Amino acid sequence: MITNKPLIKASELERRKIMIPQFLGRNVYDLDDYSREEILYILEAAKGMKEINLREYKKIPTLRGKTICTLFVENSTRTRMSFELAANRLSADVVSFQASVSALQKGESLQDTVYTLNAMGIDLYCIRHCSPGSPQLVNKYSGKPVINGGDGRHAHPTQALLDIYSIWEKKGSLKDLKVTIVGDILNSRVVRSNLIGMSKLGAKVTVCGPKTLMPGNMESVYGCRVEYDLGKALDKADVVMGLRMQLERMSEGLFPSLEEYSKHYVLSNETLKYAKPNALIMHPGPMNRGVEILPEIADSKDSVIVEQVANGVAIRMALMFLILGGKA
Amino acid sequence: MKTIIKNAQVYLDGELLQKDLLIDRKKICKIEDKIDVKADKVINAKGSIVFPGFIDIHCHLRDPGHTYKEDIPTGMKSAAKGGFTSICAMPNTDPVTDNIASVEYIQLRAKEHGYARVYVIGALTKQSKGEEISEMATMKSGGIVAVSDDGKCVQNARLMLSCLRYASNFDIPVIVHPEDYALAGKGQITGGKVATQTGLSGIPGLAEEVMIARDIMLAESAGARLHIAHISTARSLDLVRQAKERGLPVTCEVTPHHLVLNEEACLTFDTNTKMKPPLRSEKDRLACVQALRDGLIDCIATDHAPHADFEKEREFDHAPFGIIGFETAFPVLYDRLVKPGAISLSDLVDNLTQKPASILDLPGGSIKIGAKADLTIINLDESSTFTKEYIASKSKNTPWLDKTMSSKVKYTIKSGMITYQED
Repeated sequence: MITNKPLIKASELERRKIMIPQFLGRNVYDLDDYSREEILYILEAAKGMKEINLREYKKIPTLRGKTICTLFVENSTRTRMSFELAANRLSADVVSFQASVSALQKGESLQDTVYTLNAMGIDLYCIRHCSPGSPQLVNKYSGKPVINGGDGRHAHPTQALLDIYSIWEKKGSLKDLKVTIVGDILNSRVVRSNLIGMSKLGAKVTVCGPKTLMPGNMESVYGCRVEYDLGKALDKADVVMGLRMQLERMSEGLFPSLEEYSKHYVLSNETLKYAKPNALIMHPGPMNRGVEILPEIADSKDSVIVEQVANGVAIRMALMFLILGGKA
Repeated sequence: MKTIIKNAQVYLDGELLQKDLLIDRKKICKIEDKIDVKADKVINAKGSIVFPGFIDIHCHLRDPGHTYKEDIPTGMKSAAKGGFTSICAMPNTDPVTDNIASVEYIQLRAKEHGYARVYVIGALTKQSKGEEISEMATMKSGGIVAVSDDGKCVQNARLMLSCLRYASNFDIPVIVHPEDYALAGKGQITGGKVATQTGLSGIPGLAEEVMIARDIMLAESAGARLHIAHISTARSLDLVRQAKERGLPVTCEVTPHHLVLNEEACLTFDTNTKMKPPLRSEKDRLACVQALRDGLIDCIATDHAPHADFEKEREFDHAPFGIIGFETAFPVLYDRLVKPGAISLSDLVDNLTQKPASILDLPGGSIKIGAKADLTIINLDESSTFTKEYIASKSKNTPWLDKTMSSKVKYTIKSGMITYQED
């Protein structure tokens, strides 16, 4: 048990020059609301949580009596499980609301749904929704803190935090690291949140993909580099992240075939030779092996793809703990 | 019945002059330094300015069919509260105003209540489906002032050419809402920086621009009179400039929101920043302001588009497009453009009065002896706060909700009758 023990020792905070930030009751819509110091504090907290997840008895009583609702209007099994495991391990009660089996399918508005849930006494919402800005609405209607678990193409801050954590854990710092993200940038909320978070920690991010899957103004909005040629994008990269390529983009007229995409943008031993040796390999999952990444890379010793999933639970535990003011 | 307006400054041909004004039997009969006759009513307008009644050539009254959003009486009251004495109702009601009976319904309801002169715009195609030409000649004999499928855009170029040729046959102006559906896609806000940031799908400026280019070419070939609704991008303005330089009878309007707000307003995900065309870049906004000053833009129109709270209280993707505009139009434009010096007071007033009147050949728009007494009395030193309680429209969907703007409408007078008076 870590009861009565501060999350991070004061001396450690002092050494790292980290102020204790105020997280109580805050929303996590995206990482632009969080400073560099706050992000670092979350990473430190997650480190403590990860240790709990490695124990035989993976549970602490810190959020006993709190109720967390996972409100998933867009399907996702993995992210929802990660949020629910995180809540369980902190001893919070968890209720799960899924659109496919719920009133939203019958035409109930999000507003009425949140009013109904809120009447049952929810302390924290974790929401996934296909419409950008929905987490803000849930907060507006509930008055309770909200963690965004992905809103349309807008943001996915917990994924970005776990990605950042995975790099931070292996490399010690993100400062001046060259990170290259490859794939369907246009439709990726993961990229948008990572660009904000990684840039705050000093990483130099390059995004790469076909022009039809690249939003405009990336350089001016995020200060990143845009590269359409994979070889150039991977040049001396310290970290390489692949993104899931989705079949429906073909019917939208954005690219001709998975095969042609793969020829130009797959992460393989051959293309990775441009990156630094031992470059970290990442992917938010689920992977299309053979499309955006070859098994030889996905399963290589430099891949942290499976560990990212484990880190996701730790990051979500840390956020819930900080927002609900758990006792350490 | 005689009414005297005393101690006001009167807006006469672009100048503000200290005058008294006598209204007798619906008409302005005297404008003199001092009028002392026995009158039934005396309005002391000290500190205020008497303007010609405002004219809006683009609004949605939602009646029949969507009267939970607005109906003809509430729409007229809202117009009167904004200083408007004449408004033109778009035909996208349910049923669509595409036949003489529907036209007469609106005219009848409007006359019954009388808070504003309501002119009807008929549908360009039957049910605005973009498939067959409407009975526009019959509707014209019933008094429509233009035809439009506003809110929709005829995608079929061959049919559009045919509509323009037919309309020119009967000398009916055609108002277009230029939007290429394929390019607009499922867009929610303008394509650009904020769309990239928020992940909201973008409606590129191109969706408007290619349609304006098409419609100018088609109208030229058809010899038709073309008016472009709510223009919003710099490149669209270039196309209109070229058309005017070639001497074509093409005009365009701009909304108050496209003159005052840009895409950044959408960063809050406030659904009251969602409208069509979407709020554009700052560069586009500045181009619109410049074009208004230069006279390239022919008038200001509100595109008053009421939607109920429960419709706007939705996820951004699911909320309907549009905002209300009558009551905010003058105060917002005065506060945000005239006061900082971006445009002059006469730029603003002319674009709300004589210029829109001349586009659709409507009466009114200036103060002169013998003209109908359509007047708006405004105090520029007071202010208006647009709370839900203040707003007279049934709907409250405005990005300026609870905001305070300088200037306040004190009286609106239509044909010598007071249609709005400050409480």
